[in-house]
Amino acid sequence: MIRSLPIDNKTEATLLSVLVAFIVLFPLCNGVFAEGSALHVSAFSMGVWGKYLCYAVLAVSLNMLWGYTGLLCLGQNLFFGLGGYAFGMYLMMNLGGPEATETVLPNFMEQRGMTMIPDWFLAFQNPVLALLAALIIPGLVALVFGTLAFRSRIKGVYFSILTQALVYAAMLLFRRGETGFGGTNGFTNYQYIFGASINSESTARWLFIGSGVLLLLVYLLVAWMLKTKFGLVQQAIRDSENRVRFSGYSTTHFKAFVFTLSAMIAGAAGALFVPQAGIINPSEMLPAKGLDVVVWVAVGGRGTKMGPIIGAILVNLLKSYTTREFPEFWLLILGGLFVLVVLFMPDGIMGLWDRYKGLLFSRKSAEPVAA
Amino acid sequence: MSAPLYRDTDLVLSVENVSKSFDGFKAINDLTFYLGEGELRTIIGPNGAGKSTFMDLITGRTRPDEGRLTFHGKDGHDVDLTKSREYQTNRLGISRKFQTPSVYTQHTVYDNLVLSLNLNRGVMKTLFYKEAAADREEIDRVLELVRLKDRRNELAGSLSHGQKQWLEIGMLLAQKPRILLVDEPAAGMSDEETERTGELLISLAGEHSVMVVEHDMVFVRQIAEGRKVTVLHQGHVLKEGTFSDVANDETVKEVYLGRAKHDDAA
Repeated sequence: MIRSLPIDNKTEATLLSVLVAFIVLFPLCNGVFAEGSALHVSAFSMGVWGKYLCYAVLAVSLNMLWGYTGLLCLGQNLFFGLGGYAFGMYLMMNLGGPEATETVLPNFMEQRGMTMIPDWFLAFQNPVLALLAALIIPGLVALVFGTLAFRSRIKGVYFSILTQALVYAAMLLFRRGETGFGGTNGFTNYQYIFGASINSESTARWLFIGSGVLLLLVYLLVAWMLKTKFGLVQQAIRDSENRVRFSGYSTTHFKAFVFTLSAMIAGAAGALFVPQAGIINPSEMLPAKGLDVVVWVAVGGRGTKMGPIIGAILVNLLKSYTTREFPEFWLLILGGLFVLVVLFMPDGIMGLWDRYKGLLFSRKSAEPVAA
Repeated sequence: MSAPLYRDTDLVLSVENVSKSFDGFKAINDLTFYLGEGELRTIIGPNGAGKSTFMDLITGRTRPDEGRLTFHGKDGHDVDLTKSREYQTNRLGISRKFQTPSVYTQHTVYDNLVLSLNLNRGVMKTLFYKEAAADREEIDRVLELVRLKDRRNELAGSLSHGQKQWLEIGMLLAQKPRILLVDEPAAGMSDEETERTGELLISLAGEHSVMVVEHDMVFVRQIAEGRKVTVLHQGHVLKEGTFSDVANDETVKEVYLGRAKHDDAA
């Protein structure tokens, strides 16, 4: 059987082209067209859309677990937060900029009466190490937690509840000042990233491009994996785990692998999110934020490749509009949206599109018969 | 303790003095059972006789409270099945068909078989798996055997109930097992399908050792005539012998056949 092409159909190809065009043109419009021009994109909107792209990566990582392996993780934002904190540490260790001879002591350390930066924190001054940590720390947490949970045959709703408990516990831990991550305020007031000013227009552009490239790479990774035998096993676990186990596959290994990989992807998204958001604090690990990710995936279409991206972007656009215009109704709208999707759109927007498209086709083929 | 029945021939599986309780209920009670190489054995027994628990014990799904479960490897090595996880037991060459057909409904018939091939099933090996010509030939062979050649590219979920049962048997065959554990293969099949299933199972004996758990007495007669039948009752072997021996046994009639007639009527 031929499984070479990662793109399945025209709809997907179209959506992917739109996404690529957007990722290329948006920063281009910022660089080429001067302020005041109708085609100019401000650094501010690039920052906003860059964050949406990071959210889209987070949604894709959850879809990998929930959509394709049947594991509903309610704490995917834990890994996003851990990646964010790891890169936040890098930013906090570079407050002085490239010319500084000494590392500036961050405010939160000063407030705690510290005069020296601990060595383990100082190590994050190295950007390569910080980026690796943003991948490896979430990956390790997922590997250990996942292996323990899957070995004990914890699944379904019990797994979901445990992941929520895990993110809640992590949030409480990060909230404490004693933990050493700035307590409730977290890390903010960044100054420099890779030697450049964090507030410059070109930094915003590069961060946007970085987020877009990450999204495309993750998308291709998922598309490729689904075409491999691994992808078949993954979906088989979702549909009949016992059969997989009784076919000689250690489902524990497969699930732990997917969980770890998806946590690393979420960590990478968090690392790119933080310099664009300008802050990382424990509220990023609120259990409610984990539920948000579930809603994005459900709205866009669980178990479809494009769905989570569309869902993450649309729900966040809706959120930014609603919280501006009718701030008190946002949670109601979000809840209503979720109920609507669960009741009427089990496969989200992508599913709706497929059904609508089907209707169009059947009408066309019915016409000659009627005539 | 009953004497070993097949010690003089090549055994593939030994179950000795095995017991298993669930919350005080003795599902399996001092069960001793031997399966010979290439044998086709039918296991019957009323509901709650412990047939499914017996299969769970062999496949590593549940662990016995006491007793030994031993798989006799081809190379002469014995493997303690009480310490083996489901996937490891499967890799030894023990395949199991469930009572309700369990196939991957979202995958094509072909992909169901790809996933069942007896290849390295580690995470990295499946990630970088390349389909070889030999794999395609093996899948074609199995598709032929279970008569699903025309449906190879259809989703398994679109198959009829009987076809799903056949696909699952095919998935077991693709694993090239030494022992096939088959739980009620004829359930939900038409008479014609049932008969063909019987023929298939008979043809598999010899190359594989086959253990069939079955309720349908017509089907049992078809596959067990002239072969050995084991009757389970309250987690214990009540009677073991040829089909006619068992069918004419008064105690067996009492515990099983009477109720079987009732089941058939229902």
